Formats: sequence, structure tokens, C-alpha cells
Amino acid sequence: MAYALQQLINGVSLGMIYGLIAVGYTMVYGIIGMINFAHGDVFMVGAFVSLITALLLGLGGGAAGPGALLLVLLAGMSVTALYGWTVERVAYRPLRGSFRLAPLISAIGMSILLQNYVQVAQGARVKPTGTLVPGGVTLMETDGFAVQFSYVQMLIIVVTLAVLAGFTVLVTRTPMGRAMRACEQDRKMAALLGINTDRIISLTFVIGAALAAVAGCMYLLRYGVIDFYIGFLAGVKAFTAAVLGGIGSLPGAVLGGLLIGLIETFWSAYFSAQYKDVAAFSILILTLVLMPSGLLGRQEVEKV
Amino acid sequence: MILDVEELTMRFGGLTAVHAVSFQAWGGEITALIGPNGAGKTTVFNCITGFYRPSGGKLTLFGRNGEVALQKLAGHRIARAGVARTFQNIRLFPGMTVLENLLVAQHNRLMAATGWGIGAVLGLSRYPAAEAEALERAKHWLNATQLLDRADDPAGALPYGAQRRLEIARAMCTEPVLLCLDEPAAGLNPRESDELSALLLQIRAQGTSILLIEHDMGVVMKISDHVVVLDHGRKIADGTPAEVRADAKVISAYLGEGDEDEAA
Amino acid sequence: MTPVAAVRDAGLAALVAFGLFAPLVGLRTDVVEGGLALRGRWDDVAWLVLLAFVGRLALLLLAGRRLPRLTLPAPLARAGQYAAPFFLGLALLLPWLPFIERYELDLGILVLTYVMLGWGLNIVVGLAGLLDLGYVAFYAVGAYSYALLSLTYGLSFWVCLPLAGILAAFAGVLLGFPVLRLRGDYLAIVTLAFGEIIRVVLTNWTELTGGPNGLSGIPRPGLFGLSFTSEEGGFADFFGLDYDPVHRVIFLYYLILGLALLTNWVTLRLRRQPLGRAWEALREDEIACRALGINVTVTKLTAFAIGAMFAGFAGSFFATRQAFVSPESFTFIESAIILAIVVLGGMGSQLGVAVAALLLIGGTELFRDLAEWRMLIFGAAMVVIMVVRPRGLVGTRTPSIALGEKRAIGGTYVSEGH
Ligand SMILES: Nc1ncnc2c1ncn2[C@@H]1O[C@H](COP(=O)(O)OP(=O)(O)O)[C@@H](O)[C@H]1O
Ligand SMILES: [Mg+2]
Repeated sequence: MAYALQQLINGVSLGMIYGLIAVGYTMVYGIIGMINFAHGDVFMVGAFVSLITALLLGLGGGAAGPGALLLVLLAGMSVTALYGWTVERVAYRPLRGSFRLAPLISAIGMSILLQNYVQVAQGARVKPTGTLVPGGVTLMETDGFAVQFSYVQMLIIVVTLAVLAGFTVLVTRTPMGRAMRACEQDRKMAALLGINTDRIISLTFVIGAALAAVAGCMYLLRYGVIDFYIGFLAGVKAFTAAVLGGIGSLPGAVLGGLLIGLIETFWSAYFSAQYKDVAAFSILILTLVLMPSGLLGRQEVEKV
Repeated sequence: MILDVEELTMRFGGLTAVHAVSFQAWGGEITALIGPNGAGKTTVFNCITGFYRPSGGKLTLFGRNGEVALQKLAGHRIARAGVARTFQNIRLFPGMTVLENLLVAQHNRLMAATGWGIGAVLGLSRYPAAEAEALERAKHWLNATQLLDRADDPAGALPYGAQRRLEIARAMCTEPVLLCLDEPAAGLNPRESDELSALLLQIRAQGTSILLIEHDMGVVMKISDHVVVLDHGRKIADGTPAEVRADAKVISAYLGEGDEDEAA
Repeated sequence: MTPVAAVRDAGLAALVAFGLFAPLVGLRTDVVEGGLALRGRWDDVAWLVLLAFVGRLALLLLAGRRLPRLTLPAPLARAGQYAAPFFLGLALLLPWLPFIERYELDLGILVLTYVMLGWGLNIVVGLAGLLDLGYVAFYAVGAYSYALLSLTYGLSFWVCLPLAGILAAFAGVLLGFPVLRLRGDYLAIVTLAFGEIIRVVLTNWTELTGGPNGLSGIPRPGLFGLSFTSEEGGFADFFGLDYDPVHRVIFLYYLILGLALLTNWVTLRLRRQPLGRAWEALREDEIACRALGINVTVTKLTAFAIGAMFAGFAGSFFATRQAFVSPESFTFIESAIILAIVVLGGMGSQLGVAVAALLLIGGTELFRDLAEWRMLIFGAAMVVIMVVRPRGLVGTRTPSIALGEKRAIGGTYVSEGH
């Protein structure tokens, strides 16, 4: 029981990270119908920028105050947003309206490029930071097993919820959000109504990247070690989350993220940690095969 | 009888696009299916040709090998049973030549001749003879649709009217017993419409029955043997062209198209 | 565009470049004792910003706002028809050319392996229009099948080769059956997941696969029972030659050349048969195919299985050449490389795929001394090539049959699958 509770805490905090990344996939897919293959690597860039900012602020090794953490988060978000914007501008926009495969190949190229760029720029070795937010509270203790709710996990959950709340307001309450949703419904129509769709698409990438940067920062705090390769697996899992929740659906992405995080954590805890990625991949395959519209997605019927 | 539609119903979520429609199409005849936009005509076609699974009702084809219950068959099996179709928005293989389009239509027969592909790779088969025969059939329909000189052009490069004809030629290359045409005259000029009528009569004369969705009343009245009228998913009339033309319900369906919703 | 506006635009590009590179290039994290340390590299950032400025300016002044779409000049395009015989002749004669040493032969083998994989995947992606991002899984199945069969049962290469192909094809059907009704990107992601599952299983099923350490000591193939060793009764001894390890390399070279040509031959042949035509029709319009009585699932499965079979052949060649297999050789990046070869080559074009393999594999080999930079350049090349030539090198399609003369079909008509 205690053990399960611990896994629940771990799973939810991991799921929040996946959910944040998944939102980026879902947004881009909703608006331009492509899988932004490089999104996982944008998340990785976010983690690196957070790490570098933290070091710049002299946070290496010791505990960090809330002000410093906020700075790290903001720096990570803004630089990563710039990366998101650039990726779209350089690799996807010139291919708009082109053959459908071209953007996907370009995205795969971009993913390889980002990964190896960070490897060249920052080195291939893993970067250990140590714990920036130490400590936690012990929720309960039974049979010598203590259920820990660490401050990092609390932070992850609080920050993610806050960011997602802000994001929801942005999408549902502002003119900009309305324009985004209009583009998602029907891009041609939106363009006819005078919406600058190129700008909205750029914005989508910027916001998606900023959210991925939050995830990257949280990942850094949680695990205290990153490398240039973390984007691939996290990306595939977050994509799985987006699909599971129903691609195109924003609440679905978060829900999917939570589910993937929980499934992965419980699978590792009760079955086999080695095969935990197989669990995620199998869910991906099963979801796509059995219910391609996901949990909260819209059903698509093909008209003949 | 070639096709018996009994109580066909098709629902999409809350919307009933086709509501207990029954009609028959007779062998060697042209049966027209008409009605205002959104009446459910294409949906009926999609049920007959296996693209939608009907929510209810029975569809029986009286084909070469006896009775076939179409509502239980997968789409490609329906085509093999002898039902060919065209699409309201043309669906050719645009990057393949006109001739290739017609050969793809004869896939099953050719495939059997190749020993399911393996024989053909090794070059040990009856394939050359089968291919020659397929080419002859293709040429026959190219001739009938006046496309012979465009045989080596990509289908996507043909003008609109020629694409419509090619789609019919392609359907005919499957040697169907029933040919279902979804608005074949849409977008054609009067001369092309006349040519189309002649082509359909020629197809009928060769023994293939036709089920025709068409908005061009000129074409419908001139060549159909039998007309079925749908409105809002229900059959409102069924008879010879003359009978249907005189039917009060049909007239009001067409004239009152605008305020139908309030009436319903 | 006026020069002033161009300079302003380029200035903006420089600013963006500064924002991008200042944190990640300008500040390098080094692992030092007791944690991490930052090291400034501002001169590099300055160079990059300058490069962005000059590059953007040059692009704007030379090409205007829209990026150029590269088209081949007419003489080059016409020379294309001689390219295939030329490359074939070159490939056949390569081992006997004067300046060809062991290193060049090894590179030739590597390029040919990718040519074969590209041709195999071309069946799936180029002809049938099914986007497969997990092709490497079948390559892995072939490699491990050969390794395990020969190590466990002592079967010879020539017995294992077809078996490995069959097993890979079987894996293709197994995966294909549930997922082939998915479209486009979804199919891509599912195949990617499948590829990763195979890799994770290979890494963790230690009893069977040797885990991350892989399997070594895989037997080398012989020619009609003649082994390429210095022993009596070996190849050199039999023909009265002096033993030379290059004999084996030449043998392997011709082996992969033969396998690649087999792939090509089967593909070209199938393309002119109903099966190949149905694949292409499927790529063009699946719904129309169904209306014509084509069993879409079976047709897709055959494409998947045949493509996988060739990957299986290539995999067993890989295993026998290296005498060693490990999961590391079958990562996602391999699938991406093979797919890039197919797309860059021009979907469906056999010649294009071969040239693309030569360019991408041979080309990145030029950067082998810059180990870390190789993949960076590779990724950048993928993006650039797509942007300037989204249809690949050979953007046209040759009809499979014609009443008159066969005329190439422009890329705008040909669809690329779903
Ligand atoms: N796949 C589908 N999903 C939902 N509604 C559909 C679908 N196909 C057709 N409909 C609806 O069924 C009704 C009849 O359409 P259709 O058969 O195309 O009409 P027609 O061909 O007579 O113009 C329309 O209201 C249409 O919106
Ligand atoms: Mg219709």
C-alpha cells in the first residue's frame, strides 16, 4: 500500500513532465497536421539551457532559492522558445503546402541536427548537477518503508499546474488563443478572415517550445543529470501521451501524460524496469491500432 | 432483378442519412437515383459498394454467381462480386498513366495469371497472354471513351471531362454486372453530356446494368428506364421518368428545397 | 528586396543567432571534479552570429525572399539515362581499379549495404507509399537470425540467408497486419515504436542475444565450400594463389553487390507486374483501389513483407561481414538514414536511391575525422535537401507500361502516399 502510494507520487510527477511535452505535439499536430519530430529535442535543449542558467547563477551542487529557480525557468523558456521559432521558420515553413512527406523528413533531420549540435556544443558526457531542491516530507511509514513526497516533486506538480492553467487561459480567453483555435479548425478559412496564419503557427511552436522548456527544467531538477540524448525517448513517450489522450486535444495531452507516467512507474515497480520502454511503446501501438482517436480526441470518419 | 435494396438505413451518430429505403434495380436497365443535395444518394452508394457498413437493411446483388448479400461483404469483395463504381469527386491514380489506370482495374484477373506474383518474377507463367488480353480490354474502353490518344499521359494531366470518362472506363475494365455512377455529368458541358449519355447507353447495350446518381435532369430523363427519388434520406417516389416528373412530392422536394427544414 | 531591407532582415537573423548560440555555444559546461563548470567561448558565438548575418544577407540578395527550388539543368537530366549503366559498370569493376585499396573496398561495401537497404525500403515507402520508420527492425531480425542460426546450429551462410529473409518477412507480416490500416504519420510512429521494441528486447534478452554485448564469433561465409582463410583447402590454396585477406573483402564486396542487384532486379520486375502496379495505385489512392476489388491489406502486407525480406538479407550480410552483432547497430538513427536515402533519392526511383546512398553514406564518410560533426552535418543536410528539393533527386516517375513511348511523369502528379 505504502509502496503503491510512493509509485503514485512518482508516476504523477513524471506524468506531468510528459504532459507538458505532449501539449507541444498536440498543438502542432492540431494546427498543421504534422508530427514535430524535433519536439523531443527541443525539450532537451530546454533542459540544457536551464542547466547552464543554473550554473551561471552559481547554483551547482547546493540548494537553490525560489527566485533563482524562477530565473532558471524563465531563461529556459525564453531561449527554448526561440529555438522552437527557429525550427519552424527554417525547417517547416518553406515546406508548407509541399508534399506531405517532406516536412516529416525535414523534422527528422532537425531532430538529428539538434541532438548532435548539443553534443558538439556541450560534449557527449552526461551532466550531473546534484540536487538543487533537496529534502521532502515523509507522508507515512509502514514496515520500514517510508513514503517520500520530495519538494522537487511538489514543485513539479505545482509549477506544471500553474503553467498549464496560464496556458489554458491563454488559449481559451484571449484573442490570440481564439485565432489559434480558428486556425486549428480550418486554416484556409482563418486566413480568409484576416488571421495571419503564419504568425499563429509560429506562435504555436513558440508556446509548445516554452512548455517543453518547463518540462526540461523540471526534468533537470528531478533527475539532476541530463545528456544530449534525453530528448528522443522523452519525445516518443510524450508523443504516445498525446496520442493516448487524443491528438489535437489539449486536456487529452495532459491526461495522456499522466497515464503514461503512471503506467511506466508502476510497470517498473512491479514488473521489470528494463522493459519499461517496451510498455510505453506497446501502449503507443495498441492505442493507435485500437482507438486511433484516443481518449478525448474527436472521431474522424473518412468521407468518400 | 440485379440489385434489391431492402429497408436500407444508415446512421452517423445522431444523424440518419438514409432512412429505410427500398428499391430495385433491374438487369439491363439504367436506374437513376435522384434527389436534392444531401438527400443521401452518395451514402446509398457507399453502402452498396461497401465503404460504409449499413446500420440496417439488406442489399442483395443477383450477380454472375447467384445471390450475394452485399451488406456483409468487405469493399474489395463487393467489387469482385461485380459492382463497380465511380466517385462524386473523381478518384483516379493521378500519377499513373491512363493505360496503367485501366490495368490496375484488372488487377485480380492479372494477379491470378501471374501465380500471385511469384511466377511473374521468375517469368514462368501465363502472364504475357493475360497481359495482352488486358491491354486489348483497356484499348476497347479507351476507344469507347475517346481516350486512346491519351493512353500514355498521366491521368492527373487530363482535362476534367476526360478524367470523368476515364473513371468510367476504369470501372468498366473490372467487367462489372452493375455500374454505379456518382454524378458523372457534373461539370460537363452540354456536348460532353450528350457523349456521356451515348456512352452509358452503349454500356447498357453491352449488358451491364447501371445505377446512376445525377443532377442533370436532361441526362436522367433521356436515358433512364427507372427513377428513384430520395429526399432527406427517405424514398419519396419510384417509377418511370414520366411518372416521377409528374409526381407532386418530387416537385415540392425540388422546388421547396430551401424551406424543407422547417417542414420536417 | 532593397539592400536596406535585406540588411535589416539579416541583422534580425544575427540577433536570433545570438539568442540561439549565446547560451548553448557561448557557455560550455565541463564536467570537473566536484560538479560542473562553465567555460566561455564567445569567439565561436561571434563567428556563428557573423555567419548567420552574412548567410542570410547573401540568401536574400541572391535568391530573394523565397528559397530556390533546385531543378536539374537539362543536360544533366538527359545524362541521367546513361547514369545507371555507368554506375553498374563502376560497381562491377571497382575492386580491379588501380587506386582501390582495402579502405575503399570497405567503403564500397558499406555504401552498397545502404543501397540495398534503400532499395528494399523503396518498395515499402516509394512504391507502396507506406511510411516505415522502423525498417531497421527487419535488418536486425535478419542479422540476429543469421547469427543465432549459424552459432547454434552451425548452418552455413547460404542456408541461413534465405532463412533470415523469411524470418524478417515473417516479422514484417506480424507487425504489418495490425498496423497497416493506419495512415501516414501514424504508421511512421508505430513502426518506429516497433523498431525500438525490437531493440530493447535484443538488449535485455541476454540469454538469447547476449544483451548489450551482442553475439560474436559469427562464422564467415565461404564460396562453394571454400573458406577465405590461409588454411589448406581454402580459397587461396584451391586456386593456387597466395593467401591475401583482401580476397575475402573482394568476395564480400561482390556478395553485397549481388544481393543489392537481386533486390533491384526483383523490384524492377515487380513494378511491371500487377503486384507492383497495385502498390503504386495504393500509394496514389487507396479508396479507388478498394473500389476496383484490390485487397488493400494483402497488397500492403506483400510490400511490407518483401521489403522486410530484403532487409533480412542485408542483415545477415551485415552479421557475416562484421562477425559480430549488437543492438547498437540497430538504433532509430539507422532507420532514419535509410528513409532519408529513399526520400532524397526520389520516391520510387531506383537510380535516385543508389545515388542518394552514395552521396549520404560516402559523403558523410568524408567527414569521418570530424566524428562528432558527421551526424550534425547529416541532419542539416536532410533539412536543406528537403527544403530545396522536396521531391528528391529524381522527381519523376517512369510508367510501367505504354502503348507508345514511355514518357516520364512529372512529380506534381505523383502522390507520395498517405
Ligand atoms: N461519413 C459521414 N459522416 C457523417 N455524416 C455523413 C457522412 N457521409 C454523409 N453524411 C451525411 O449524410 C447526409 C447525406 O449525404 P450524401 O449521401 O453525401 O448526400 P447526396 O449525395 O445525396 O448529396 C448529409 O447530411 C451528409 O452530411
Ligand atoms: Mg452525393
